[in-house]
Amino acid sequence: MNMRARFTKSSLLAGAIALVISGAAWSADTIKIGDINSYKSQPVFTDGYKKGMELAVEQINAAGGVAGKKLELVTRDDNANPGDAIRQAEDLINREHVDVLAGAFYAHIGTALSDYARQKKRFVLITEALSDNIVWSAGNRYTYRLDASTYMLTSSLVDEAVKLHKKRWALVYPNYEFGTAAASAFKTLLKARQPDVEFVTEQAPPFGKVDAGSVVQALVDSKPDALFNALFGADLAKFIREGTTRSFFGEQLPVLSIITGQPEYLEPLKDEIPPNWTVTGYPWYSIDTPAHKAFVDAYHAKYGTENLRFGSIIGYSAIQSIAAGIKASGGKTDSESMVDAFSGLKVNTPDGPLEYRKIDHQATWGLYVGKLAVKDGSGVMLDYTFKPGNTLLPSDDEVRKLRPAE
Amino acid sequence: MTLLQVRDLNKSFGGVRAVDGINFDLHEGELLALIGPNGAGKSTTFNMVGGQLKASGGSIQLLGQELVGRRPRDICRMQVGRTFQIAETFASLTVLENVQMALLSHHGKGFSLFRSARKMYRDEALALLAQVGMERHAERPCSELAYGDVKRVELAMGLANDPKLLLMDEPTAGMGPEERNDLMALTKRLVVERKMAVLFTEHSMDVVFAYADRMIVLARGRLIAEGDAQYIRNHPKVQQVYFGTGKTFEHEMAQQQVQV
Amino acid sequence: MDFSALLSQLLNGLAEASSLFLVAAGLSLIFGVTRIVNFAHGSFYMLGLYIAYSIVEHLMGSMGAAGFWLGLALAAISVGLIGAVVEIVLLRRIYKAPELFQLLATFALVLVINDAVLGYWGAEELLGRRAPGLSGSIDILGRQFPSYNFFLIAIGPVILGLVWLLLVRTRWGVLVRAATQDREMLGALGVNQAWLFTSVFALGAMLAGLGGAVQLPREPASLSLDLRTIGEAFVIVVVGGMGSLPGAYVAALLIAEIKALCIGLGSTTLFGIPVSFSKLTLVIEFLVMAVVLVLRPWGLMGKPQATSRNSAPVEAPLRPGSTHFKWLMGALLLALAVLPLLSTWLPYASVLTQDVLVTVLFAVSLHFIMGPGGMHSFGHAAYFGLGAYGAAILFKVLTMPMPLAFAFAPLVAGLGALVFGWFCVRLSGVYLAMLTLAFSQIVWSVVFQWEDVTGGSNGITGIWPSAWLDGTRYYYLTLVLVVSSLFLVRRILFAPFGYSLRAARDSALRADAIGIDVKRVQWLAFIIAGLFAGLAGTLYIFSKGSISPDAMAVGKSVDGLVMVLLGGIQNLLGPVVGASVFSVLQDSIMRATDYWRAVFGGVILLLVLVFPQGIAGFFQQLAEAWRHWRARAAVKAAALPRTLEKQA
Repeated sequence: MNMRARFTKSSLLAGAIALVISGAAWSADTIKIGDINSYKSQPVFTDGYKKGMELAVEQINAAGGVAGKKLELVTRDDNANPGDAIRQAEDLINREHVDVLAGAFYAHIGTALSDYARQKKRFVLITEALSDNIVWSAGNRYTYRLDASTYMLTSSLVDEAVKLHKKRWALVYPNYEFGTAAASAFKTLLKARQPDVEFVTEQAPPFGKVDAGSVVQALVDSKPDALFNALFGADLAKFIREGTTRSFFGEQLPVLSIITGQPEYLEPLKDEIPPNWTVTGYPWYSIDTPAHKAFVDAYHAKYGTENLRFGSIIGYSAIQSIAAGIKASGGKTDSESMVDAFSGLKVNTPDGPLEYRKIDHQATWGLYVGKLAVKDGSGVMLDYTFKPGNTLLPSDDEVRKLRPAE
Repeated sequence: MTLLQVRDLNKSFGGVRAVDGINFDLHEGELLALIGPNGAGKSTTFNMVGGQLKASGGSIQLLGQELVGRRPRDICRMQVGRTFQIAETFASLTVLENVQMALLSHHGKGFSLFRSARKMYRDEALALLAQVGMERHAERPCSELAYGDVKRVELAMGLANDPKLLLMDEPTAGMGPEERNDLMALTKRLVVERKMAVLFTEHSMDVVFAYADRMIVLARGRLIAEGDAQYIRNHPKVQQVYFGTGKTFEHEMAQQQVQV
Repeated sequence: MDFSALLSQLLNGLAEASSLFLVAAGLSLIFGVTRIVNFAHGSFYMLGLYIAYSIVEHLMGSMGAAGFWLGLALAAISVGLIGAVVEIVLLRRIYKAPELFQLLATFALVLVINDAVLGYWGAEELLGRRAPGLSGSIDILGRQFPSYNFFLIAIGPVILGLVWLLLVRTRWGVLVRAATQDREMLGALGVNQAWLFTSVFALGAMLAGLGGAVQLPREPASLSLDLRTIGEAFVIVVVGGMGSLPGAYVAALLIAEIKALCIGLGSTTLFGIPVSFSKLTLVIEFLVMAVVLVLRPWGLMGKPQATSRNSAPVEAPLRPGSTHFKWLMGALLLALAVLPLLSTWLPYASVLTQDVLVTVLFAVSLHFIMGPGGMHSFGHAAYFGLGAYGAAILFKVLTMPMPLAFAFAPLVAGLGALVFGWFCVRLSGVYLAMLTLAFSQIVWSVVFQWEDVTGGSNGITGIWPSAWLDGTRYYYLTLVLVVSSLFLVRRILFAPFGYSLRAARDSALRADAIGIDVKRVQWLAFIIAGLFAGLAGTLYIFSKGSISPDAMAVGKSVDGLVMVLLGGIQNLLGPVVGASVFSVLQDSIMRATDYWRAVFGGVILLLVLVFPQGIAGFFQQLAEAWRHWRARAAVKAAALPRTLEKQA
């Protein structure tokens, strides 16, 4: 080997090392937020989510940042599996030196991240994953959650259910924790308010694999007066089409359905909206509070006049929450300070004020409940009401029973 | 002394009797050929002795012990070795390893988990390879060998359990005339040296007549003749089965030699 | 359920069966003739549905009702053409690669097609039009039954009949059947094998595309259809018997009907125990498959498969590592050992290496039965999962101390392998592979459903190592255990048992004849592989703190397969190289681009085409070639002066 070749090799090596080290460098005048999410696996939600986050970061930085520092967002794909999510968390912490961890769409990933936070004593804001466990049975000091839980979604519809005065209820839900938790919460809550209620059948098809024809048939055969649904996505589209063809849906059958009104799940249904469905969702197109209007305008200004997603407002509010937390801690972003700052933290979101509860670290994210209808060939929510999150949660005593003491 | 006693052996596939009540004996130190035209039931008989096929009826006794109903690996343990019509060796092992494997299995070491097998029974394996004239090729992958050599390796493996009885299913199929004679001369020598018996099937009549001590002839599943070369050669039934009428083995062999 | 309800559920089952049958028929044809396990078959189904959506949206505007039906046909044909292109451009180049290698290429295709669909059609589900003239329903016994379902019920048998005619009445069909039974014979017949394969692959893809297209009025096109469909199609093909079209139809019908009945029964009480038949649909097809394969090892209507004589070169004998190799391994080990000390400069390296080490162990355990053992497993994640869940349950539920739980957990996986292996080794080839898949899915569904113990779909959290083993120490524990496991596996392969295992793979007939108990050898190998996979699972869970069912889902098993094939199935270093390359590539590409699936798939395709023996296999060949070249060069060098003299 001659001298020149040797020189090239060693300079390559030096270059490589320099590259690695520069990756590890960070500047002291920014606050880094690391978000781990199922970007690839859940593109419909996460596309809006990322845009929402980026919009909030841009606005906050334009207004001078938080505690004199600019925000910086780093996102990582968790490959839809908890093991990879943990690795990404370690990467964000060790290499990217992020100050704040956030993210998780899937419940099992949210659960895993929250446990990681507990073990490593790292603050994490679970932004979307809905599982009740995250704040209750598996709740811990280091984990807070933004979006409304499965329990809150379900409980937001119980008032409507009681109002219907129907005796025979059927339930259909995807066979995993979200579905089973929603169904069991619904049964408990309704039974408490209306003791003579009868649950005539439960169908729990595997997620993403509903045999809609057979399921609708089985539901028809049980002759229900009303239906509670937690199917969503492709399952729901299949279910609705089959149910409509078989004349299962109609004015005679009131349906209560969680998350159906979120644009992510409503848009693909187009004009196939069956009558008499009451749903939770996000009617961004007609919310007329000034705060929300300003949000929509800013969003459209940045991304053009495209439809918002529920992810958009969640992403936006997540960044707002983190900024508020940092502000409340006086600019300190270490985990203990953040955990303390979030306890009882009040945040103004486009949907109005919410609070990260001291008792279980759940944000009082409010929900829109309304009727589905078709307008200009696509589904919309009408006659909706906004139910603040604090009205949707069980009493403090009950929460204390559900959540292990620190 | 009678080593193998076959009595009223039969085998049916569906309704077809492939082997139909045959009887024969095989003695120590004897080279017995099982011959007959295609479809006569040679391979079926063979595979019943080896345990690859289960007899429908009858008995096969090795020194008084029944073989029918036993699995090939148990028959192997009773010191019966065999080769296959299409040579079966372990293609991804070297020649030496093939024979080592046979020896390891014979000595009950096939499940030994941690000791390196490299040196185990190496000398014994080389000795066996030397017997079949393959020691020079010991380190070559078995997949690289010429077909005749693979057959020799197979023979060496068949000898690994120090067999009293060696079954050879068409040992010289696919070989040139010179190779054939080498292999059969080798087999004959081994029979004498080891005092074992060999039962073999064969298509090539020159091989059979040159090397077999005795032969039995099958046709359509039945045994039609049994005896030494001279007797079989002149047996009218055998001639009829093989050539129709009029021809003789001498005639046929002469023709074969002209072609060669 | 009364009689009329039963009847309507049976009709539902009939309608569901048709589309599944179409996909399965295509898969069966392709496998029968080309022996390709076409993992991309579900992608063809998905493409069929997406393309049908677009064409129908386009044509129905201008042509009305005719546009709908024409659209379905055109979609199927388009997918057939795509299939032909895939065969010509990609698969044709790798028929001579070792067995199953083509699966790697089709896996990469799945990734590429999925991202291509995402790029072109977007992420949102697309619900197609209703079939004109068949949009309503018909009253049957007082129940509304969709009229389109009658079209579906009819199309299955019609296509079955047409394909049967094609196979029986045409020369092409004769060739296809000949190829299915004996590939060598084809060459003897002087058939242009390349075009026969292309046409079969195209027809198979077209059937899958048709299966997708006819679903247009019933289900939205979505990006998850590919993987969902491929699983179902494989189950049907195997239950019916590989290569048997009537078998595929019967199997599709059987499974669809059993599902429909389970849904119809809903939740009831059996002997005082509440049973949810509805939830049973999660795993019912795999239960059916396991039962069928245990009772009928070649499926309902299949025949015993002739051992496929692969055209790939025979595996080279194992050689002990050269001095160079040992030095290299030593250096690598040293590098891995000092890695945590460099965390200031390479903070992520040890984090990633920790995961890669665990993955390597998983891949090596799979390779142990696939390569030297010759038993292809499509369900190896089960043992990884059993190790992980074993640890979690021993630690959390039975509150064992961490070191004890850690020590016992791999045994849980070993126990699983002991039970399942006993059944599996009685089968061979694809049937064995599918039985491993069935068992793995059954274990998965039990874990998924048994919420009280396993935490259901969310899994179990809080499984961290004791404080004295945390952080860097856990990295070293992993390093030591993985490296010693690799050493042990290598040791076993060079021991008499390793010889027996390869012997049993090379020739079961010969192995049996020299006294080897082939089944028992394979069974023990299965258990050993299960133990090591279990150890990988145990190491994994204590490094992540939690486990959920997806760690033992099909995807994990497929990842393992891909790693083994990528590295080279005929090489002991193959799984190590394959797993490392796979993990590091995925990690870095995932970070670099949103369309990481397509890029990742593209890179795998490139590797497939460049290294048809796998990466490690390729370098082994290269080393051989280099040795030959050097030997030749030495001879030439001696001759060179004279040549020069002459020229002068």
